Amino acid sequence: MSERLFGIHGAALTLRSERMGVIASNIANAATPGYKARDIDFNAALDARLGNARGRAVIGGGEARLLYRQPTMPSMDGNTVELNREQVAFAENAVAYSATLSFVQGRVNTITRALKGE
Amino acid sequence: MPERSPMTLFSLTTRAMSAQMVRMNAATSNLANAGSVSSTEEGAYRPIRAVFAVELDKASGLAGVTTSGLVRAETAPTKRHDPSHPLADANGDVFEAPVDETAEMVEIMDASRQYQNLVQALQTAKQLMLETLRSQ
Repeated sequence: MSERLFGIHGAALTLRSERMGVIASNIANAATPGYKARDIDFNAALDARLGNARGRAVIGGGEARLLYRQPTMPSMDGNTVELNREQVAFAENAVAYSATLSFVQGRVNTITRALKGE
Repeated sequence: MPERSPMTLFSLTTRAMSAQMVRMNAATSNLANAGSVSSTEEGAYRPIRAVFAVELDKASGLAGVTTSGLVRAETAPTKRHDPSHPLADANGDVFEAPVDETAEMVEIMDASRQYQNLVQALQTAKQLMLETLRSQ
């Protein structure tokens, strides 16, 4: 139902929110020895989630799979967080979240207008 | 580990900020004790460091951070010959705390940068959450 109402944007908003958590985890663990930075491949995860919602069998069950980030330069303590990259990824994700949110809002406004018959 | 509610973005940031505070306090203690002198090698101050550990929350997939403990550096204190010092031992030596002031300053700067980063991330996340809530 929510997929018919919001199209791709409902799933995208959830994924953006999940990705925000993952990147925030990376930022929080910037000084933890041995921590490996992770990220979600947004396109693959969205495809998987949409395929799942349409009843297609998907490898991985539509769960957002976490991938390990490849560091530009590995550090001595095994930590692969690079704060600049995480900051950029966080900002990009926040902007995309905002965009998706405004799409969802537009859908809601359209439906509300149709219901009111203005 | 005691039962607690699932980790949110807020609790994650809170814990990470506390961890950075512990790190900054440890470095500040080291700086405060730089140049402190003892009459025995064992009694000299050794610098302390906070050790971080990942705290994975399986329910939400978030990875927080905790301070798993404080370790004392195994650096030997600096022996200095100073017979006129009131704390000097029988040979006229005193033992100075092996604190590297520059390294401690860098540690404090790094901790404060990461703290700022966390605050900024939390602000952005909070703003997005509020926007989502306010949209009708």
